[in-house]
Amino acid sequence: MAKVIVVTSGKGGVGKTTTSAAFAAGLALRGHKTVVIDFDVGLRNLDLVMGCERRVVFDFINVINGDANLNQALIKDKRHDNLFIFPTSQTRDKNALKRDGVERVMEELKQQFEYIICDSPAGIEHGAITALYFADSAIIVTNPEVSSVRDSDRIIGILASKSRRAERNEPPVDVHLLLTRYDPARVTRGEMLAVDDVKEILSIPLLGVIPESESVLRASNTGTPVVFDEDSPAGRAYVDAVARFLGETREMRFVKPERRSFFRALFGRA
Amino acid sequence: MAAGNIVQGALFTVMVVRAAMLREPAFENELTQQIGRSPRFFQNAPVVLDLRGVENLTEAGEFETIKEKLRALTLTLVGVQNAQPAQLEGATAAGLASFAPTTGGGQSRAGAAPPAAAKTRLVTAPVRSGTQIYARGSDLVVTASVSPGAELVADGNIHVYGVLRGRALAGAGGDGAARIFCTRLEAELVSIAGRYLVSEQLPANAQGAPVQIALVDDQLTITRN
Repeated sequence: MAKVIVVTSGKGGVGKTTTSAAFAAGLALRGHKTVVIDFDVGLRNLDLVMGCERRVVFDFINVINGDANLNQALIKDKRHDNLFIFPTSQTRDKNALKRDGVERVMEELKQQFEYIICDSPAGIEHGAITALYFADSAIIVTNPEVSSVRDSDRIIGILASKSRRAERNEPPVDVHLLLTRYDPARVTRGEMLAVDDVKEILSIPLLGVIPESESVLRASNTGTPVVFDEDSPAGRAYVDAVARFLGETREMRFVKPERRSFFRALFGRA
Repeated sequence: MAAGNIVQGALFTVMVVRAAMLREPAFENELTQQIGRSPRFFQNAPVVLDLRGVENLTEAGEFETIKEKLRALTLTLVGVQNAQPAQLEGATAAGLASFAPTTGGGQSRAGAAPPAAAKTRLVTAPVRSGTQIYARGSDLVVTASVSPGAELVADGNIHVYGVLRGRALAGAGGDGAARIFCTRLEAELVSIAGRYLVSEQLPANAQGAPVQIALVDDQLTITRN
């Protein structure tokens, strides 16, 4: 049975699109046929992060409106056969996300894919609500700072009240916390919230901690999901998070300050 | 739509007026005074007529008269209770419903609502930011934490078996005897019957502590438990 996963946060700029791309690629690498959909109509970014911006012909809105069929709009990733990208429109706005149209597209995607990742726009308005409405699971992307935690809390509340599962009295959307841009050294200095603080406030299970890493910016700019970068701590942290999502137990890495190696200390490099 | 959705059950608090009292001359006066004290509470309030111990009163016309009398006092007669078969016939003809007898109905004071125990509102999931919960006419018990930006409102007491980080307003209907209890106080605002304290006014020794908050001499008083 296909599973719909929404990647959401309430707050903007916390790493939803990076996470959507990394998670979709991670699931594909694990052998699951996965599609990642951009719900951020008018502010299309996912195609850039996935490196397929030159191949967009038709988009999500075209399919909702019946101007194109699904297979015309889906873009197959060049790096992995199991990975597909469903870009959105840059010229339209969120009002183009008609719920019955989205529902029809979702049903059609469920016939072809094991996992459907919905990259939500920021906010709690129509775009974000539509992105989470059909979800079976949710990944709550949170930065270790108070405003992000509060917005995450708000979106968890919305998942529990406005999702289709909530409206139909079905089992609730299962929510997972993903803490991104985590810098253990700054936590030690008291400049950032610690993992346990965030867990305590949000009281949902922790899927993973993604360390702040320059490889993330590089990955976005080159259009390569960060999980393909095996040397990157962030990439490895995402691989772990995907494994936990699939039910495996993995020890949390990157939550303690890194011990600087002898040579690094000697040459004063961070 | 499923057939089950067409008819739904609901529980209401309804005033019961004893028919025997209606004959006493002082009754009407007393009732008028009571209504005068809280006119909005009694505005169009439904009333059930208790016929216990009243032998006659079987004609539809008599029920109509009582209906008019109560109407003049802003009350709406909706039914009867403890009716004999003949009385029920007359009441039905006057368009009144039959209510099941309540236990101890005979003791209820005329003109006053029977002391129905309002059911406590129980919330077991975390109360998330942006959520507002109102326990109308009852206590509110939360067995999880209340996030910043969430708001609890109750006409009665508020209990939080978790961290209270949002707002809590007890005695919202004006009941100064209401209290707030929590296992850890980190609230943005606490209020009882309109008196309030914001986070920065909370005493330092109460922050993060298990406390109860009550109104003493019109002052919000926080006691560590």
